Amino acid sequence: MDKEYMIIDGIKVELNGEKNILEVARKAGIDIPAFCYDPDLSIYGACRMCLVENERGGLDAACSTPPRAGTSVKTNTPKLRKHRKMILELLLANHCRDCTTCQKSGKCKLQEFAYRFNIEGVRFPNTACELGAKDKSSLSIVRDSSKCILCGKCVRVCNEIQNVGAIDYAFRGSKMKIATAFDGDIVNSPCVGCGQCASVCPTGAITVRDDADKVWDALGDKNTEVSVQIAPAVRVALGKELGLKEGENLMGKLVASLKEIGFDKVYDTSLTADMTIVEEAAEFVERLNGKGKLPMFTSCCPAWIRFAEEKYPEYVENISTCRSPMQMFAPVIKETYTGDKKHIHVAIMPCTAKKFEASRDEFKNKAGEPYVDYVLTTQEVIRMIKESGVRFNEIADAKVDEPYGMITGAGVIFGVTGGVMEAVLRYVSATQDKKALDAIALSGVRGLDGVKEATVKLGDAEIKVAVVSGLANASALMEKIKNGEAFYHLVEVMSCPGGCINGGGQPVGEREAKCERTKGIYDADKAEELQFSNQNTVVKEILTGPLKGREHELLHVHYKHK
Amino acid sequence: MEQTIDFAVLDQAIKEFGNEEKSLIAILQRAQEHYRYLPKEIFPYLAEKLSLSEAKIYGVATFYENFSLEQKGKFVIKVCDGTACHVRKSIPILEALRDKLGLSEEKKTTDDLLFTVETVSCLGACSSAPAVMVNDEIYPTMTPESAVALLEELKEKN
Amino acid sequence: MLKSVEELRALRAEAKASMDAENRKIIICGGAGCVSKGANKVYETLVSKLEEKGVKFTVKLEKCHDGDPVRVTKSGCHGFCEVGPLLRVEPQGWLYVKVKPEDCDEIIDTTINNGKCVDRLCYTKHGIIYREQKEVPFYKKQTRVSLANCDKIDATSIEEYLAQGGYTAFEKVLSGMTSEEIVNEITESGLRGRGGGGFPTGRKWSQVARQKNFPKYVVCNGDEGDPGAFMDRSVMEDDPHRMLEGMMIAGFATGANDGYIYVRAEYPLAVARLKNAIAQATELGLLGDNILGSGFSFHMHINRGAGAFVCGEGSALTASIEGKRGMPRVKPPRTVEHGLFDQPTVLNNVETFANVADIINKGSAWYKATGTDNSSGTKTFALTGNIENAGLIEVPMGTTLREVIFDIGGGIRNGGEFKAVQIGGPSGGCLTEEHLDLPLDFDSLKEVGAIIGSGGLVVMDKNTCMVEVARFFMNFTRNESCGKCVPCREGTKRMLEILERIVEGKGEEGDIELLEELADTISHAALCGLGKTAAGPVVSTIKYFKDEYLAHIHEKRCPAGECKKLKTYVIEEELCKGCSKCARNCPTGAIKGEIKKPYKIDQKLCIKCGGCINGCPFKAIKEV
Repeated sequence: MDKEYMIIDGIKVELNGEKNILEVARKAGIDIPAFCYDPDLSIYGACRMCLVENERGGLDAACSTPPRAGTSVKTNTPKLRKHRKMILELLLANHCRDCTTCQKSGKCKLQEFAYRFNIEGVRFPNTACELGAKDKSSLSIVRDSSKCILCGKCVRVCNEIQNVGAIDYAFRGSKMKIATAFDGDIVNSPCVGCGQCASVCPTGAITVRDDADKVWDALGDKNTEVSVQIAPAVRVALGKELGLKEGENLMGKLVASLKEIGFDKVYDTSLTADMTIVEEAAEFVERLNGKGKLPMFTSCCPAWIRFAEEKYPEYVENISTCRSPMQMFAPVIKETYTGDKKHIHVAIMPCTAKKFEASRDEFKNKAGEPYVDYVLTTQEVIRMIKESGVRFNEIADAKVDEPYGMITGAGVIFGVTGGVMEAVLRYVSATQDKKALDAIALSGVRGLDGVKEATVKLGDAEIKVAVVSGLANASALMEKIKNGEAFYHLVEVMSCPGGCINGGGQPVGEREAKCERTKGIYDADKAEELQFSNQNTVVKEILTGPLKGREHELLHVHYKHK
Repeated sequence: MEQTIDFAVLDQAIKEFGNEEKSLIAILQRAQEHYRYLPKEIFPYLAEKLSLSEAKIYGVATFYENFSLEQKGKFVIKVCDGTACHVRKSIPILEALRDKLGLSEEKKTTDDLLFTVETVSCLGACSSAPAVMVNDEIYPTMTPESAVALLEELKEKN
Repeated sequence: MLKSVEELRALRAEAKASMDAENRKIIICGGAGCVSKGANKVYETLVSKLEEKGVKFTVKLEKCHDGDPVRVTKSGCHGFCEVGPLLRVEPQGWLYVKVKPEDCDEIIDTTINNGKCVDRLCYTKHGIIYREQKEVPFYKKQTRVSLANCDKIDATSIEEYLAQGGYTAFEKVLSGMTSEEIVNEITESGLRGRGGGGFPTGRKWSQVARQKNFPKYVVCNGDEGDPGAFMDRSVMEDDPHRMLEGMMIAGFATGANDGYIYVRAEYPLAVARLKNAIAQATELGLLGDNILGSGFSFHMHINRGAGAFVCGEGSALTASIEGKRGMPRVKPPRTVEHGLFDQPTVLNNVETFANVADIINKGSAWYKATGTDNSSGTKTFALTGNIENAGLIEVPMGTTLREVIFDIGGGIRNGGEFKAVQIGGPSGGCLTEEHLDLPLDFDSLKEVGAIIGSGGLVVMDKNTCMVEVARFFMNFTRNESCGKCVPCREGTKRMLEILERIVEGKGEEGDIELLEELADTISHAALCGLGKTAAGPVVSTIKYFKDEYLAHIHEKRCPAGECKKLKTYVIEEELCKGCSKCARNCPTGAIKGEIKKPYKIDQKLCIKCGGCINGCPFKAIKEV
């Protein structure tokens, strides 16, 4: 078949099944401005910024108009500029423009476009800042309706990708807003804290809750020991914001920076990821042998746990009793701390839901204190580094602290969808050699697809596994399981599409970042000397040493039916 | 005012219209007719039965003019402010009614829950302009005086 | 349950015979206008008086007519709402206007018993008594097609619809027309969508007929939301079967088996009448499975609107039927491909469907003979505002505005002077004196920046401030905007803000230009058709009445004298007796003076509430 083309601003562009003109233009190197468009979400067509001019002088929204071979459009004409400027002026008039004190400053699309289109003034009165107070009820996110431009991305991500439905459009016309039922605090909604809404929000209307101040206070206190653990997915998500390459493994620089900033002990959560595998694999084998329910669901993702509690309470018992790696590491560190200072433990996570997980009663010690005192997201840590003045791109790598310095590649891959599954499969593979590793990698558990299935041999038995990311995918899978249309032995669920590398606490990235971060994780896996969790001798030492007899108390959890 | 919510009317409506999203508006209309507003308690109930999020139902309920989240009066007086009524001076009628009942743009219902006064975009009774609708009955060619007299009439009816 | 076309024919013949045998008939208008003016009371009184006086009468269509009873019936809207309640005497065709219950005795004694006309109840203008309805100027220039049955039959009776030739077109279709033939006939007729867009109906149907994706749907837009329009209401309430028949034919032609009618919330009677009509048609087997043994099945559903003007937009309407917020979606894909429940959908408005049966029955050539080249047929209009004869009319396309306003409408109310007419509701524009000889059809109106819309004509006299009219419409649009796209949501809000300050005398230099700039972006960038036309009233009033805008902005003066905030209140010294009542009424203490001496109003404090004027016993306070 002959190739088909369309002309964009005089450039001949080949059509390759793109769904809309906007994608074709991006391929041609033209960035048509848009607020409400996201390739992963349904087309909404509301911001009207992406209008392009067709051959007859008519205007079409590039996001919703399919490309037609042989046609030609212009993306930048006086007419379009005029309308785009007016749209921006109208949005700015209804936007609380306290940019200098806004968390999204520098990353805000509205700010960016206002600059790009040289908006020199706003001729309409602005009452936006007087709107209702911020909703700070959630431990994960902060909502500020005075910054909302009603692009609807948060609603679509919450409903289409996550199937959570915590928020939706409410009221209409100039009274329209994004709201929970009865416009109540988000904490009382079914919100699971995944933070995907914050990561798609083009403005400061939804941001990640910032807990850095409390950590700064602890760091500044001489009588406080501050330890910190770093999740696998964080190391590959720092580059772009800190002047280096997206997807590059920057663990060494991060460790060095944190020490520079004043953290007393720095650890890598990958260690307890291995521990999770050891415990979880053992549990899985028990369940296979009839002790406990199947399928078994992974338990690392706190947003998934909340989602299951809310929507599938009858399956809560199917969730592995293993605590998440963060919640395994924290008690290990706290229970083995022998100093006499006050001990604050911080976790740096790609995840907004971890902030909530840390507050759960299940993860408090006997005195009722949380094992993890503060969770900082990648975003917050980047800001802390910038605030501290540490020259991140120049700092020399440093190693994490002993005695918990040992990790394997199996722990690191927890950061991508399919990683936990792969680590389990490695653990249970009979030969544990290079051939086995390759076979597992090719078994279908890798890749950014939202739903992956594989069948693997375990001894004589065939094990059916599924890997899902995105809670809407999880929901669909759950319905199939419920209706008996599908059966699996083991299911890995990550709430964020692509897994933790795309977590709600990661720097707001473009779609491409997911691929680069995934690659970064697998490269880091390869770079490790060991690839099997059972090879992690420190894990063994901990399990046979300080934690002996307390595994159940400190490493496992039973979520209750809601 | 405490009130126990009887869900039977919802069950009946769900039975009649089906437990799908497409039935939502019809079910809410039934609820609005029955309770004279949409009580908060019915949202989780419907969310469960129709497999929709509460936020979505709230979004639908707040989109359409006819749904009210607050209890309305026994007599809902809709003053038509359609074009035809407007050019034949409907606003003074509205003002007279609000004045008499101590209501305003924000406060639409009297404390005794007897009257609700609101405007409507058009009743389609343009030939009888300015028109007022009380519950389902249209009163033609009103004046501020006749509107106030109508209040007395309705009070007596009560 | 009818099993065949033959059985339907027999039933119709029987109904027709019964109706033909009604030698004397009193038809009372049961339209909303007349009912609100007391038509039901007239009907009840007439019936009870007939009983009292022992006159033989019947209130429904009956097979036997023993003793030649007089038939008393309530029909739908006669259109001449201004002078309701209306009563027509058949077979003479006499029209009685403003009939009161007290008139019933005389009607019985003189007309029913003696066959004479009660001249004092006839419409009288300039000393001329018009006895026959068809002679009354209001009716003389009208051609009623879609409203043909409204003033004739009892809308609750399917027999009466059959007696008027009802369901013959459907019968013709079932007896051997192909989908292609039907679509061709409609295409040939030149019928264009009566909901405002004027899209060729035949083309729409053929596009849906072509789709290979099933199921398909027929949707009737009865969400007549334009303020000042009530044509569709009349069809739905007064002749529901005509509309159903049109939808059924559309279903047959396009391969759809389900029809949805979306009726606006404010029309409970229309819902009741349609439900009744559907039940009757289902009972007779005209709706349901394997209709009259033809193999064609069609089911009808009713959805009530819940109060959102935007649901008149096609994709918002289908979203609403789906139980969602009525927010329009981007197109493509178009409704004909992905409409209701994402399936191919024919979506037309009530009046469009109401024209279908006649076109099938009488042929496209007959239909095309009325109207203009590019706009064939007739159009209904709701004539309202400052006009002498407010009401519902139907005229051939191409009738001039002058004929409509002055001949049919009887000119301006209370002898006032014509200023403008707003056509097409909040999406339309205003027309002025210079357009009076403009033919009313799709294309002529488009040329002057107005649209036919659904057919609301609101007439305004010299006392109407056009800036206020623009503000009024913008307020409507702002309230009814769905809120989805930025230009409409934010733009209408800002336009209203500016208009509000202009009518309050706070307009600024540059406001007109800013309004035009906003209008430009809204018209070109808004998502849906309603958004794109939202600025119409403002643009057209600026175009034709810029002087009024300028007077408000620069001179702080309202030339029409309507804008309250621009009025000045003064006390005429000669008339003021110094009673101090006004000073006591004044809520801001703007009026001061000494007892028994003329009082004065401090203009700086005056908030122009008008409280002083109404209270002054000596009429000494004037608005200037």
